[in-house]
Amino acid sequence: MTKGNAIAVLLLGILVILFPQLTTDNYILTIAIFIGINALVAIGLTILMGYAGQISLGQAGFYGIGAYISAILSLYLGLPVLLSMIIAIAIASITAVVLAIPSLRLKGHYLAVATLGFGEIIHIILHEWGPGGPSGFGDIPPLSIFGYILHSTLEYFYLIWLCIIVIMIFSLNLINSMTGKALRAIHDSEIASLTLGINITKLKIKVFVLSAVYAALAGALYAHYVTFLSPSGFSLFYSVLVLMMVVIGGISNIWGGIAGALIITILPEVLRGFKEFDILVYGMILTLSLLFMRKGIVPLIIETYKRWISK
Amino acid sequence: MKVMGKFFLIFLILLATTTLISTNSYSKEPYKIGAIFSVTGPASFLGEPEKNTVLMLVEQINKAGGINGRPLEVIIEDSKSDETQAVLAAKKLLEKDKVLAIIGPSTTGESMALVPIMTQAQTPLISAAAGANITQPVKERYWIFKTAQYDTSAVEAIYNYMKKQGIKKVGIITITTGFGDAGRKALIEMAPKFGISIVADERYGPKDTDMTTQLTKIKAAGAQAVINWSVGPGQVIVTKNWHALKMGIPLYQSHGWGSKKNLELAGKAAEGVIAPLGRLVVWDKLPDKHPQKALLKKYVTDYEARYKSEPGTFGGHAYDALMMVVEALKNVGPDKKKIRDYIETKIKKWPGTGGIFNMSPTDHCGLDASAFEMVIVKNGDWEILK
Amino acid sequence: MTLLLQFLFSGLTTGTVYALVGIGFNIVYNSTSIINLAQGEFVVIGGLMMWFFLEGMQLPFAVSLSLTLLTAAVVGLLMERLTIKPLLKKGDLLLMIMVTIAISILIRGILMFKFGKDPYTYPPFTEGEPINFYGAVITQQTLWVIGITALCIVLLYLFFNKTMTGRAMRACSLDVKAARLMGINVSNIVMLSFIISAIIGAIGGIAITPISLMEYDKGAMLSVKGFCAAIMGGLGRSRGAVAGGFTLGILESLTAGYIHSGFKDAVALLIMLFILFVKPAGIFGKAEIVRLRKF
Repeated sequence: MTKGNAIAVLLLGILVILFPQLTTDNYILTIAIFIGINALVAIGLTILMGYAGQISLGQAGFYGIGAYISAILSLYLGLPVLLSMIIAIAIASITAVVLAIPSLRLKGHYLAVATLGFGEIIHIILHEWGPGGPSGFGDIPPLSIFGYILHSTLEYFYLIWLCIIVIMIFSLNLINSMTGKALRAIHDSEIASLTLGINITKLKIKVFVLSAVYAALAGALYAHYVTFLSPSGFSLFYSVLVLMMVVIGGISNIWGGIAGALIITILPEVLRGFKEFDILVYGMILTLSLLFMRKGIVPLIIETYKRWISK
Repeated sequence: MKVMGKFFLIFLILLATTTLISTNSYSKEPYKIGAIFSVTGPASFLGEPEKNTVLMLVEQINKAGGINGRPLEVIIEDSKSDETQAVLAAKKLLEKDKVLAIIGPSTTGESMALVPIMTQAQTPLISAAAGANITQPVKERYWIFKTAQYDTSAVEAIYNYMKKQGIKKVGIITITTGFGDAGRKALIEMAPKFGISIVADERYGPKDTDMTTQLTKIKAAGAQAVINWSVGPGQVIVTKNWHALKMGIPLYQSHGWGSKKNLELAGKAAEGVIAPLGRLVVWDKLPDKHPQKALLKKYVTDYEARYKSEPGTFGGHAYDALMMVVEALKNVGPDKKKIRDYIETKIKKWPGTGGIFNMSPTDHCGLDASAFEMVIVKNGDWEILK
Repeated sequence: MTLLLQFLFSGLTTGTVYALVGIGFNIVYNSTSIINLAQGEFVVIGGLMMWFFLEGMQLPFAVSLSLTLLTAAVVGLLMERLTIKPLLKKGDLLLMIMVTIAISILIRGILMFKFGKDPYTYPPFTEGEPINFYGAVITQQTLWVIGITALCIVLLYLFFNKTMTGRAMRACSLDVKAARLMGINVSNIVMLSFIISAIIGAIGGIAITPISLMEYDKGAMLSVKGFCAAIMGGLGRSRGAVAGGFTLGILESLTAGYIHSGFKDAVALLIMLFILFVKPAGIFGKAEIVRLRKF
């Protein structure tokens, strides 16, 4: 981890601890929880896109696998929630391996298409075979850690953001390590990394699985927090939303995932005042920010900061 | 410059009067109620008329002096037909706006997602969605009510009628959404009770463009009637395909069929389609002494005059939900627990738009199959079947 | 036999629309390598604007048709000039694809604002009873849809092979740099490709609306299906998109007919994945023409 990133993680940690002191409003904490859940998925996709140069349009599929399997195991088989979550994440990562092996032979648009197909198939399976079908099912047990049941919004807030901090430290270390440098090389030039003797496909698969694990974890947290699931939240629309978070936040920096999740999750809340027009305003803001902040928010901030320092 | 000055003066006067008026009517703290509807997204066909209904009613109530001299304020949130958004909206209404009760959401899924939140917040929720598990088991749904008729009641009405017609084999075609799925389950579950067997069980997606294949299969399976369970464009496409195929067996639709818009879109293809409809769509054909007639007439004519469109059955669910809360507020004042108790015990033989409600500690919906009339399409209009 | 025939007719009806959307994808893809995910919105624009001119303003059919196509062309032009052109120089494909998604949301917002959420329809082009064909039934409008699609394909073929502009567009799709050196105005070609794909999409919308109705948010589904059609036929091959569209439509219909209607989309997607993994160049493509394009 570089010094800058270490400071950033520390600052994030302090912010997470202090945040509930600043507001006792459960509504704002709930928004923060959903930002966190989306950020988990977005961080995974940022690493996949920014550092392995691959696009996935199927993150909703892994998100859905994590949510549904964990919910089903704990609700219908009575497994402890923590164990259900771990099994769900394991199944998602196996699925990712199975999907990655044939897809990552292909380049460019084709991986996006394969993941798109995968995500839609998962969506249909949830529709047809998920408990409750399209109407969904409720009464999913809340999260419990070694017998302690989480009830309040505050506890979920701390848990989810703790997960993010752990994952950020892990991911930043990964990127900084040898694998990370190799990943960067893949993104820059595949041929160059080939000549360096880096096994590209294996690395790409690893990163893809990592992104699936993050998404599945987010899904499981969602399921046990909301305690109700229906297939509608796990469609292509969600995959595209996560992609939008990553692009708006900036793919070249892993913090972009968090920033993008923050913006895309808050935007509809801010736009509540626009009522009917919100879809129009939403589309406008997305288009304009893509046109004028091409690299994404986080790289833009860093650049501006550096320029300001050098003055 | 002189003109500008004049305008400025007029502006000031206007501002002063509006402030005066508003301070007058809002001198007392308003009663705050929350509303969550799917105003946008795939279920917007529900949320749109629901939102309009509530806006209109609040204006009427406040014009008539509010509730016990206090104005009514309903804060409407759009859930975008999405459970996560519904949860966020409910949290906002409960935490920020401190509402006394919430009406909505529009769909079963969103309502289910709110059950734990409302129970924890000990605030009544009067859902506008149909799913039976919103209010059952009643013990675990202490704070939850709903105003939409059960899907099973609509199915019961259809099967009762079919039994009289001697229909024993039916093919069903349902949309793959919460609405269609709930209908499909009810259709399959209740068929044996009426001596009906389901010979084909077909489905289609909400944005599908052609259902000829499914209907052909139903015909080939030897069905004596087709039942389609959907809302939105799907029910019109099925009607058109049914007509084009000349299937020779009657087409039944769900209670979601009750919109004149469907008759317009389907044109002559809709002739002969039968559906169980709430009395809201056929209010003008009811006898004058019917307890629902007067309120339906006022609601529908007011709504049509204001929005240049019809409220449909779904707008009515919001009407009933809001009016129940309003009546409770009138009688017991701003107390969440008392509002809940009032709705559970005092809403009896209560005429609403959806039917005559009979709430009880064992039934938080209070409607049965008698809420529906069997209606056939004739000459581009509804006709009540006897 | 009658059953199978009926399933095929149904598949043809849906397949033609997928094919038209797929062709639109390919035209833009060939000139820019962009996947234009707003392609489905042009179909919606076609259907809704046609209703607006024909039923809303009571204009004659031919006038409505021309005005609708003009509207679609203008939207395509604006989209390219305002959003794609400024980004094209940087060559960030991913960003451009995201912009097309943002534009599709924007178009949906505008359409919802203008038309509301209700579905719309207008009478079929010719009134009359459906045609009975060995016991299977086909409506006159379906024949119109198929005929119009066929006409589009022929016209596009002539355009791309016989006209100077069409050839220039093909040259661009093969090698942008070489085309530029030959004196082709690449920027105009890109603009033209957006206009043509917008018109093709709108034609699909105009033809299908009397059968399947049209509402503001139908575009996303059409984009996905059209994209699958383009992939099945081999991305970048217009005739491939036609084959892909029909294959997809018929596959869906046969799955609904012989397996189960709940799985029709899943089976179609599984076959698409299978084709992708086994023959990435599409059903009819040759492996060597798969161009390795990176994002």
